[in-house]
Amino acid sequence: MSEVKKIATRESYGNALAELGKEHENLVVLDADLAGATKTGIFKKAFPDRHIDCGIAEANMVTIAAGLATTGLVPFASTFAMFAAGRAFEQIRNSVGYPALNVKIGATHAGITVGEDGATHQCNEDIALMRTIPGMTIINPSDDVEAKAAVKAAYETDGPFYLRFGRLAVPVINDNADYKFEIGKGIVLREGKDLTIIASGVPVAAAVEAAEMLAADGIDAKVINIHTIKPLDDELVIAAAKETGKVFTVEEHSIIGGLGGAVCECLSGACPVPVKRIGVNDCYGYSGPAVKLLEEYGLDAKGIYKTIKESL
Amino acid sequence: MTTLELQKMAVKVRKGVIEGTHAAKAGHPGGSLSAADVFTYLYFEEMNIDPADPKKEDRDRFVLSKGHTAPGLYAALANRGFFPVEDLLTLRHIGSHLQGHPCVHHTPGIDMSSGSLGQGISAAVGMALSAKLCGKDYRTYTLLGDGEIQEGQVWEAAMFAGHRKLDNLVVIVDNNGLQIDGNIADVCSPYPIDKKFEAFNFHVINVADGNDMEQLAAAFKEAREVKGMPTAIIMKTVKGKGVSFMENQASWHGTAPNDEQYAIAMEELCKLEEELCQK
Repeated sequence: MSEVKKIATRESYGNALAELGKEHENLVVLDADLAGATKTGIFKKAFPDRHIDCGIAEANMVTIAAGLATTGLVPFASTFAMFAAGRAFEQIRNSVGYPALNVKIGATHAGITVGEDGATHQCNEDIALMRTIPGMTIINPSDDVEAKAAVKAAYETDGPFYLRFGRLAVPVINDNADYKFEIGKGIVLREGKDLTIIASGVPVAAAVEAAEMLAADGIDAKVINIHTIKPLDDELVIAAAKETGKVFTVEEHSIIGGLGGAVCECLSGACPVPVKRIGVNDCYGYSGPAVKLLEEYGLDAKGIYKTIKESL
Repeated sequence: MTTLELQKMAVKVRKGVIEGTHAAKAGHPGGSLSAADVFTYLYFEEMNIDPADPKKEDRDRFVLSKGHTAPGLYAALANRGFFPVEDLLTLRHIGSHLQGHPCVHHTPGIDMSSGSLGQGISAAVGMALSAKLCGKDYRTYTLLGDGEIQEGQVWEAAMFAGHRKLDNLVVIVDNNGLQIDGNIADVCSPYPIDKKFEAFNFHVINVADGNDMEQLAAAFKEAREVKGMPTAIIMKTVKGKGVSFMENQASWHGTAPNDEQYAIAMEELCKLEEELCQK
């Protein structure tokens, strides 16, 4: 097997910011003492005057970003998902969402693949929290190509965005000429007629692999990559449910309120078919190497394959 | 404006507070009245603003961090010409642009939605920081309650403002001494307020009577001269100022006057207005 290129989407975030910063003087980046980890240090090195370290004070950082946005700057406020969506939830809700300000939340270290730091830092609830905020666009990219495209699209689109990035290096799966990133549009990675796997973020590559394993058993799975969780690509989700009659969602997030929740909310009215949500089963994470944790939580290709097989 | 004209205007603002909260049968008259003089001073004397062009780029900014005292801010904005004074009677009504707490989308002259305590100061810091980053010379003002400074975020914002030497920022604390549950010193004392802001590298101006126009004028003039650090104006005020039965009563924090109380309050304010007119 040839060597697959792997890059963590947090790295893509930092690189994309540094790239966009060259063209756009109104782009500023805020951090809360984590520029090295969120990879906004890459931007800081290129544009030190436009990098604002707020210290360890995420609530203040998000609200400062709101104040900056009222004056026409485009702030990317960066920290770990836990401290963005978690700690600063109410600031995002009241000072970014309600006034519909052009603030981009760059949330890195989402999900269990934070790894060794363990449960306090493994945010499996952020998408659920952010989904409840009216007007919030939520993007959960699956690889380097998608993450960079998401950052660019967020800059170019007015309004609040929640961008979710990971710590773990993940395979580059979207480096093909046909790839087109469009906010709110899912991407069909594999056609199939027996069932649909709808995946988002880190486990998208594993979902494709799981589909190949199912194919070896004679099960033909369609695979959809949903990078934009809100607004959800209802049309694509409903069409896939109608075509295949069975849906599996895969995400590195709680099975409550994330991609699985969004898909169920969409399908329950429009096309009620059985949906199995694969993700973090309403529990906390724990310490360990990220790749091992994905196995433990059944979010690697084998785990996804096994869960689907058992449900059929 | 002369001091006397400002004093007369402050009475109009107070009448607006009473009329608005009475019509709404809800709202926060106590802290609106304690801050009526500073609202008046800011919008009629201090700030570079234009009611005909509320979004003009080089305007001074104001964030009402203690957003519940919106009735006072609305009364100042209406009297300044941002919208008709009659609108004050629609406060908190369905369909009105005057929401219970300030909303940037609804009301002309509002620079930031606010009301969740502790956040407005951070937004103001962002505005002041933007002016520094972009080389603009507008100034940013924010008004906090003395109970509000119990919120930890206030001190995150203060630390950042001091660190960044935001001398284009003026943080005003309305020290009326009362919060919903009673005396701030009894609930969870924030004193000494001035020493705290000093420790966060602010230039601190204590105003002995924040309901006195001349003392306010002196404080804001001093703030303009400060270089290299943000300013905190800690102004001692009377909650419910101008309406005898509301003064220094925590119970008037978030209670609207009924018809009878409204009539007494308006009579007192009209009398005050007449006295000022005879000066």
